Amino acid sequence: MIIGKSAMAGTLESSDAQVTVEPSENGLELEISSSVMNQYGRQIRATVMQTLERLDVQSGKVTVVDKGALDCTLKARVECAVYRSNDIKDALPWGGAIV
Amino acid sequence: MKNAVGREIPDEILALTGKEPFQGNHYKDGVPFRRAAPIIRPVMSNDHSKMVKDIHEALVKCHAHNGMTVSFHHHFREGDLVVCMVMKEIHKMGLKNITLAATSLGKAHDDLVPMIEDGTITRIEASGVRGKIGEAISAGKLKGLAIMRSHGGRVRSLVTGETKVDIAFIGAPTSDDYGNLRGIGGKTNCGVLSYSYVDGDQAEYVVAITDCLVPFPNFPAHISMTRVDYVCVVDSIGIPEKIATGAAKPTTDQRKLMMAEYCTQVVVNTPYFKDGFSYQTGVGGASIASTISLTRIMKERGIKMGFGVGGLTKPMCDLLDMGMVRLLLDTQAFDLDAVSNVINPAHHRITAGAYANPFNKGAFVNRLDYVILASLEVDVHFNCNVVVGSDGVITGAQGGHPDTAQGAKCTIVICPLLQGRIPAICTDVTTVTTPGESVDVVVTDYGVAVNPNRQDLLEALRKADCVPLKTIEELRDIAYSIVGKPDPLEFGDRVVGIIEARDGTIMDVVRQIKPKE
Amino acid sequence: MNPNLKRLRRSMMFLNCQKPALIKDPYIYSPDSIMLDLEDAVAEREKDAARYSLFHALREIDYRGVERVVRINGLDTDLWQEDIRCAVAGGCDAIRIPKTETGADVKRVEAAVQAAEEEFHVEKGRTLIMAALESARGVMNAYEICTSSPLLFGIALSGGDYTKDLQTSISGTGVELMGARQHMIIAARAAGVQCFDTVYTNLNDMEGFRKDVETIHTMGFDGKSIINPRQIPIVHEIYTPKPKDIIFAEKVVREIDTKKAQGIGVFTVDGKMIDIAFYDGAKRTLALAKASGVYKGDL
Repeated sequence: MIIGKSAMAGTLESSDAQVTVEPSENGLELEISSSVMNQYGRQIRATVMQTLERLDVQSGKVTVVDKGALDCTLKARVECAVYRSNDIKDALPWGGAIV
Repeated sequence: MKNAVGREIPDEILALTGKEPFQGNHYKDGVPFRRAAPIIRPVMSNDHSKMVKDIHEALVKCHAHNGMTVSFHHHFREGDLVVCMVMKEIHKMGLKNITLAATSLGKAHDDLVPMIEDGTITRIEASGVRGKIGEAISAGKLKGLAIMRSHGGRVRSLVTGETKVDIAFIGAPTSDDYGNLRGIGGKTNCGVLSYSYVDGDQAEYVVAITDCLVPFPNFPAHISMTRVDYVCVVDSIGIPEKIATGAAKPTTDQRKLMMAEYCTQVVVNTPYFKDGFSYQTGVGGASIASTISLTRIMKERGIKMGFGVGGLTKPMCDLLDMGMVRLLLDTQAFDLDAVSNVINPAHHRITAGAYANPFNKGAFVNRLDYVILASLEVDVHFNCNVVVGSDGVITGAQGGHPDTAQGAKCTIVICPLLQGRIPAICTDVTTVTTPGESVDVVVTDYGVAVNPNRQDLLEALRKADCVPLKTIEELRDIAYSIVGKPDPLEFGDRVVGIIEARDGTIMDVVRQIKPKE
Repeated sequence: MNPNLKRLRRSMMFLNCQKPALIKDPYIYSPDSIMLDLEDAVAEREKDAARYSLFHALREIDYRGVERVVRINGLDTDLWQEDIRCAVAGGCDAIRIPKTETGADVKRVEAAVQAAEEEFHVEKGRTLIMAALESARGVMNAYEICTSSPLLFGIALSGGDYTKDLQTSISGTGVELMGARQHMIIAARAAGVQCFDTVYTNLNDMEGFRKDVETIHTMGFDGKSIINPRQIPIVHEIYTPKPKDIIFAEKVVREIDTKKAQGIGVFTVDGKMIDIAFYDGAKRTLALAKASGVYKGDL
């Protein structure tokens, strides 16, 4: 999937993450800041990368502001931002690209 | 060298401080020492005035100099104005290399950071450090070491002469012109002056700073004129509303209420819960809620408390007013209700020394049946960390945690399993502040773990079938299964602080954090 | 038959799917069911976001045996079908239909659920249905709704919308809900399904809440919808059989078992006339006592 336009999902509340995606020509740029960076930065990056891979996003600027979200929340926010950037809301691939 | 809680204490730190590594709670029990005595300047003439016109004059008269140690109390908590007021004057005089020996430092002292950066303050001794100073120390900005010691440990370091205070500044809600000080009766009341009592005894110079001068004698004095050299009147010494840092209202958060209920069940189903039992608790929402639910069961069973001790809150004062506790022994008021309750004749002031100094011929903490504590982290060895955040930054204070935990027959630590994504129950705490041998029961929202050293308590709780019992390892595993196993923190090599055990040995060291990319 | 049709549902707690902090570990409060909400609690522009959260929560969070019901958006929206696909693919235990008016509404949802089970290879009949009645018409059609689908385990009153439809409002006395409650519990029992009461929204009045739960417990309701975990212990306390009731139920079951073998039909326990008609009730008391952790016997 491509990043069609800028889109955002999530909040800055505790246990949540705010994910912003923007179109970009320079491949995948990932920027993460987190309240738990020192202990979970590596795992957050891995989860976000895996989610983008499954959605087949190869190019775009992805910014994650994490407030201690669990992996399930990180995935949900990344997916939501990516699908929003393409205005897709129905007939989603539950259990397929979204897993 | 590895100490008794398995922490590596670098040899150069042992050499630099002349300290020994921690060797267990009872290492110094019964070991004789000579009490240090300060230099005193007697006042014999009947026309001597102790009044000074401002802090500058006080500093000059007390021979303020480079490299001196100045001390303060933290009874005004987040509302303190005294430390910054005095340090600004010291800074203005261009003095350098100062050791700041406060009973605790917090957000009220964020303004001191530039003085750390420019070398005015080069060493800090405190129960702990919250706010920007903690961040500055962890970033390596303090030239010397920060020494974090418990309230009891601080008194010990003063009476052994390890810490030699040149000038003690005592913020006093009321003072007369001869230095009789009280924690009440003024416009910025903190109730008691327990932490400063030892400074009065052991400092070379003692300066009272007040915003309410009252006629002589200000009596009964909490700290006597016999200890005070000078009295300085200023506009304001503190902000009363900030003494109570939240938590005054009973919590409605079901998670905290659940932990409070587990805690109460642990108390009432262990053998020390009988008429005349002794008890200390803290300011957290769960601690306060558990005092309230404990009160209910005490009434049902006709059991009264013998004494309550430590920092006090409204629910403890309510117990006194209801006649449910024989007396309260107060070292600190956590809310304004506790400040005003000081007038109850069974509400007694005690000094931080009587409360917790391990080098007394006995302290009140030794006679505690129960203490309810909180913790940032607890590990599978039951070690607690109350000073350093899971991100490696200094962010809390030992307070009376290690003192009461060692003293009490049943030490209960309340701690939610997760703080956001951070597992509070973990394999190894970031920094050990209270050794696992002092900790008996850990109460979380996911269940209750009993230290395997305390089979007696475990058996009592098993029989009562009153709380979901888990092993501490099970709790850790649940936490990790939810949030993932945390990566180990990366620290720099430099040691920026030490966590001192009650007896003056080294419990752990705090290293500089690696700057985030 | 799905064994979960008759499971214990004293407390059914609503949680906003859009709030990660709420859905990450509600099981510590031990509700019997959670109702993960895609409908009213979720803002219109976050409807999509709530689904992704729901899906991953269902897949990845271990709710430790707590039943996971999903409240979908109303059948008058264009959201409910995708809601069902998401919930069923995630593996939820049941779908709660809001604003149910007729048996046909249930049939539409049943068809969508079955299609989703097939699409996502979920075991057929695994996903149950409950219907919330939120209007006078829905309440009038209660029996028809209760008997509309073998997947339907129960009906629930939604008092806020229902009282608006009656042109009144929640008074705190329960007077305005009396008719609906009475009608619904009768319909549910006649159809052999469960019946659940509406939420109590005033969290500052825990005594009022207690009285409300006592009322619906006496009326025969199986449980109550919950909006805050603080309400759970009160519901469970009221639904926990009293010691004397447990002892009596135990005697009844034992006596009926032995007397039946001896061919005796009617006899007395503690001076009360007992026959086989008491058997199911006594069994239910013991099951409830067991679930509440106050009965550890072998019956």
